[in-house]
Amino acid sequence: MTNSKAMAPSDITAANRRGKNRKVLVHTLEYIFLAFMTFWALIPIWSCVVTSFKTADEYANTNVMTMPKNWGYFNNFIAAWNKANMGLAFWNSLLVLVVVLTGSILISAMLAFVLNRFKFPGNGLIRNLFLFATLIPGVAMQVTVYKIMYALNFINSLPGYMILLMGTDVISIYIFLQFFENLSVSLDESAILDGCTYFGVFFKILFPLLKPAIVTVLILKGVGTYNEYYNANLYLQDKSLYQVVSTCLYTFTGPMGSQYNYICSGVLITIVPVLIVFLLCQKQIYRGLAAGSVKG
Amino acid sequence: MEHNNKRTLGQRFRSIRGQQTIVTVLFMIAPVTLLILFTYLPFAKMIQFSFYKMKYIGRVKWIGLQNYLAVFTPTDIPEDDILGSLKLSLFYLGGAVVQIALALLLAAILTSGLKHTAFFKGALFFPYLVGGIAVGFIFKFFFTHGFVFDTLLTALGFKLSNLPYWLSDERVNNIMLSATSVWRYLGQNIILFIGAMMSVDEDVYEAGAIDGANAWQKFWHITMPSIKTIVVLNLILSISGSISAFEPPYVITNGSFGTATYFVKMDHIAHVNQQVGLASAMAVVLMVIIILVTLLQKAVTHFLLDEDVNGHTYRERRIAKKRAAQDTRKGGRLS
Repeated sequence: MTNSKAMAPSDITAANRRGKNRKVLVHTLEYIFLAFMTFWALIPIWSCVVTSFKTADEYANTNVMTMPKNWGYFNNFIAAWNKANMGLAFWNSLLVLVVVLTGSILISAMLAFVLNRFKFPGNGLIRNLFLFATLIPGVAMQVTVYKIMYALNFINSLPGYMILLMGTDVISIYIFLQFFENLSVSLDESAILDGCTYFGVFFKILFPLLKPAIVTVLILKGVGTYNEYYNANLYLQDKSLYQVVSTCLYTFTGPMGSQYNYICSGVLITIVPVLIVFLLCQKQIYRGLAAGSVKG
Repeated sequence: MEHNNKRTLGQRFRSIRGQQTIVTVLFMIAPVTLLILFTYLPFAKMIQFSFYKMKYIGRVKWIGLQNYLAVFTPTDIPEDDILGSLKLSLFYLGGAVVQIALALLLAAILTSGLKHTAFFKGALFFPYLVGGIAVGFIFKFFFTHGFVFDTLLTALGFKLSNLPYWLSDERVNNIMLSATSVWRYLGQNIILFIGAMMSVDEDVYEAGAIDGANAWQKFWHITMPSIKTIVVLNLILSISGSISAFEPPYVITNGSFGTATYFVKMDHIAHVNQQVGLASAMAVVLMVIIILVTLLQKAVTHFLLDEDVNGHTYRERRIAKKRAAQDTRKGGRLS
């Protein structure tokens, strides 16, 4: 008994030290692996940053990974901004974002409200129709959507493009549907007893409570809309009038296809707004993704 | 008096029902119209067009199943071999499997109590937010001969003259394209897996630690079972994802040098060749495949993953039932 008592402390400290050493080793390996993967995640973007600060002479005569001499050389950014007419692109993208996000949020929240709160014939059918729509790959449909857009006179029309983006949005509906399930019906009932109409219930009582879901949709749908290029390229063909941020980079194809000091600057200009949003709302983005994936 | 009261109640009820109807109709007009206009009308038209030989404008001719035959007929001309382009999905499927494995590992590391991981997490995730066209330019630049990737490899001792042209050499270009897709979506996977891992009860880990489980055992016996649903879902989703792989070849190589996946080919046939009928048939075929994969996913989640209140899956319940039946039979014989 005394023997084991005398033995124990030194044994434990030795085991502890071994355990600690092992832990330090494992953590070091984990950090090395993280750093290795992070290197690959960042190097494509970092090489762009390096290149966009180089003068034409430096770009032509140094290796792409050589650091620029002057980190204050912004001429490439100015040139890229002007060549790709990015002022117009940002203005158009802003309009698209404001209209599409407002429209999408209202439309999906209203639909989710009705589907969640009221029992009516066809409720299940409409849910299933929206669910089935997610199975149809978007690109596959463009062949015939194009014909419809053409018939509606929506080619080269910013409003037409906005309406198209609002119409193909099932994830927002599911985020709102999930959220409504956790909002008690007694809220509606007590408001109705107080003489409120259903319009009042939705706009005055429930809509403000949807704030977390709205933030999620704003971020997810916002980034998606800002980056959307396939439909923009297809339906906003007159680039001199209707180009958006994602498609303005197309200016750099063709004869300018190898002037990477301009191209990289252009690419970075389009990335900066997303980076700012990301740095400001990191937590909401992570949470939103998890929420959006549950049904997705 | 009493009678009067009932009537007002009834009126009130009617008016609430009336309101509900009005709100239902009003709130649904916009979304349902949009859904029909941009999903179901094109869907119906797509099926219709697939039986015709037609362009966007001009004469339309009924040709029955010929478009479908063209989709399924293998040819030696790579430009016309539509079904053959589905082989390229294997590259993207491989990429997706690597991506899920890496994401699991990284998510496990990021949730293992390591400090100062916010930067790594953010850096790994950020590529997901970069737009498609920008990704295209970034990787055209990255893989240009003698540029970023080659510089890194020569720094490791490779000779530039021995390195292939990553985007035009058909031995490597599809692998590189699927790698760019891993680059872009790895972080999103990590975030999803972290979310699932964080929902595991801390106490279970503590109990495991007391029982002397090491990190690997904890991962395999505690973490994995609780996140298997999301892992399996992602694996199955990656099947339909890789069949419909589109973006990397579309924005980086524009489908040249043997990188045209099924969708890139379809897009080209639809918008450059304007063979609307053929493209529609291709879309229908792919959609059937995707629906089959989704049904498979539903079946797998239903039979293997959906747990009842006791945490048993359908399969486990079946086995338990069988055993119970055997036991009662045995029991009967004994008595």
